[in-house]
Amino acid sequence: MNFEFSDEQRQLHEVVERYLNEQYGFERYQSIKRSSAGWDPAVWRALADLGVLAITVPVAQGGLGFGPLETLSMMGDCGRSLLLEPVLSSAVIATAALRAFVGEAPTGKAAAGEAAAGEAAAGELLTAMAAGEKIAVLAHFESDARFESQWVTTRARRAGESYRLDGHKGVVMHAGAADTLLVSARTAGEAGDADGVSLFLVPRAAPGVVLDTYPTVDGQRAADVYLQAVEVPASSRLGPEGKSLAAVEAALDIGLAALCADAVGVMQALVDATVDYVRVRQQFGQPIGRFQALQHRIADMLIHLEAARSMSYLAALRCTAEDVGERRRALSAAKAVIGQSGRFVGQQAVQLHGGMGMTDELRVSHWFKRLTAAQLMFGDSDTHLQRVAALTRGEKSFGR
Amino acid sequence: MRLEFTEEEQSFREEVRSFLRAQLSPEISGKVLNGYELGREDHVLWQRRLHERGWGGMGWPKEFGGPGWNSVQQYIFEEESALAGGPRLIPFGTKMVAPVIMAFGSPAQQQRYLPKISSGEDWWCQGYSEPGAGSDLASLKTRATRDGDSYIVNGQKTWNTLGQYADWIFCLTRTDASAKQQSGITFLLIDMKSPGITVRPITLLDGGHEVNEIWFENVRVPVENRIGEENHGWTYAKFLLGHERTNIAGIGIAKRELARLKRIAASERQRGRPLIDDPVFAAQIAQVEVDLWALEITNLRVLSAERRSAAAGPEASILKIKGTEIHQSISELLMRAVGPYALPFRREAMEAGWQFDPSREPPGPRYASTLAASYFNQRKLSIFGGTNEIQKNIISKMIVGL
Repeated sequence: MNFEFSDEQRQLHEVVERYLNEQYGFERYQSIKRSSAGWDPAVWRALADLGVLAITVPVAQGGLGFGPLETLSMMGDCGRSLLLEPVLSSAVIATAALRAFVGEAPTGKAAAGEAAAGEAAAGELLTAMAAGEKIAVLAHFESDARFESQWVTTRARRAGESYRLDGHKGVVMHAGAADTLLVSARTAGEAGDADGVSLFLVPRAAPGVVLDTYPTVDGQRAADVYLQAVEVPASSRLGPEGKSLAAVEAALDIGLAALCADAVGVMQALVDATVDYVRVRQQFGQPIGRFQALQHRIADMLIHLEAARSMSYLAALRCTAEDVGERRRALSAAKAVIGQSGRFVGQQAVQLHGGMGMTDELRVSHWFKRLTAAQLMFGDSDTHLQRVAALTRGEKSFGR
Repeated sequence: MRLEFTEEEQSFREEVRSFLRAQLSPEISGKVLNGYELGREDHVLWQRRLHERGWGGMGWPKEFGGPGWNSVQQYIFEEESALAGGPRLIPFGTKMVAPVIMAFGSPAQQQRYLPKISSGEDWWCQGYSEPGAGSDLASLKTRATRDGDSYIVNGQKTWNTLGQYADWIFCLTRTDASAKQQSGITFLLIDMKSPGITVRPITLLDGGHEVNEIWFENVRVPVENRIGEENHGWTYAKFLLGHERTNIAGIGIAKRELARLKRIAASERQRGRPLIDDPVFAAQIAQVEVDLWALEITNLRVLSAERRSAAAGPEASILKIKGTEIHQSISELLMRAVGPYALPFRREAMEAGWQFDPSREPPGPRYASTLAASYFNQRKLSIFGGTNEIQKNIISKMIVGL
């Protein structure tokens, strides 16, 4: 047992923290948030130069070959700085999904023909992503799926040497920034079946791909993605037909762990800001931090924060576990705790800031909204609590 | 002991219902029931309708042109109005400054101000809080210096609600800096068109413009606009805050939003089944429902006691705390009910006329598009009108005697 970060992990955190502190202050964030694209290619370039985008790309594809602990070590900084660029969507989740198809992961068997073409395409894309030249995002969840990863109704129909995709993907984070969408689609079966889901590389600019882009509650961008008779060559399918849901779920689990780390960074920022505020805000002739009711509230915030931090470590340590049941139990437990803690810390930070906490002018409300968004993504606390309960009862087929 | 309203009260309720059916336009109620924003015109129009019926001075005695309702009748009106989708009454004129003018103003002030409050001709806003004086209101610093027949006002007010629409502002100002905090305050009525007033919008976390900072720079206010005596303003201010608490629990609004929550939870699907069939989610709805039931009966007990005595006492703090907690819980459940479709955040979705691109299947249901903003906005409830922490201090001091 050892909860120390390695020297390498600490350095990664320090490099990212220094860059964001110097270059990604509140004003920069505000101006990027108000820009039409909602993200800044110059920041993306800088993150590539720092190696952030290559962290989990395999060495063979020009990456650093690191894993979830390195991701953990720098995601908190992204949360604290309210980073709007698609690090989680592209450098963590899409990267994890693609990695499953380039030979290192269990599904990447020696393949021939189409599968080999898919593997080559995934490898090239990873190399470009590590260098910051391409952005990819996973377009998986559907509008009526709520948080169920098996609920795929988008269809891919084989026609000769190509597939035709039809469907609607809901609230795809950063889809508008992506060059390539990793689209899951059914080549067999019905919504809710684990089998029959294939994954395709779809250029965002392909004919028939329509995006309805909007800001999310925390100022990031997302889109509903409509696929209307989108034709892609058979070589853009990743892995064997109908067998890709496991890779998608593995990537989502890695993303969930990274989201937890982001949220813990936000919670720490809110606790720090609130402590600073109650020390200086004077009412009734003294700093409000002298009032015991508020001292206890802050103590409760800190208790929540530490529970969340512990679970973010658990999530990072277990998100690539081979035992899928153990992996999901740990991740659902982490998401349940972090959702609840984030809710308490966010709401109380606003409350203790009084009217100021309600304004757009302070970072407090922005952190609160980022935590709210994190609660809503990848399933809320109730959903995950029910999954923990089901997994404890041994119902392995329940959800994901 | 009985729970039911008297027969007279029941027939009053019917009278209110038929008024609402006849006078509340579907355009306005549609906005309220769906959580869209109301504009100045909506509020003014509604106030005019009430005035035409003789109900413009809600809660006022007949001698001042009010309907002469008791607090039970007011409660019944507000409940029925909320359920039907009537706009929340903007309280600053009818419920705040008017009772002060009636109790402490001169006959000339009563004749000048009250009719235009009732008719909706004058929109009032409040000048209480300052950047350094929130929970500790008596530490306010805005100065009013006597100069012949005028006061010259300098300072800054904040958290001023909808002052961008206002014709008048009632202000607490400091006229004697040497007296102890509560004793040097004067209550002034100030024309918002006076030279030297600047209204600066504060953008809130939901992107809305609901509150302002108001700056006073050498604003000249005639002495005749002073309520009561100089340096006695704190007495009037406290009286006003007591009136702010009638119907503070907002039972009708909570019932309406709870019903909306149930409708949405019935139409949302999870694994192909209605969300409301999810035992965990259903239990949370039930929790807020029983909390609301308990609060409603507590509120009725307070009203019943008021039928015998006068204004609301410190028990209003109980109603404020539980009421705001219930409103916040419902708004949070509403947001969570729509799952990932609470994430899209388009400010324009708060307007009733906005719709998705009609050429495509909409990204999520229309009702989802306002729910996160509403959840964020409702965080204010436990902060304004005396934070819930201050209310707990009041309970422990005034009710318990600690």
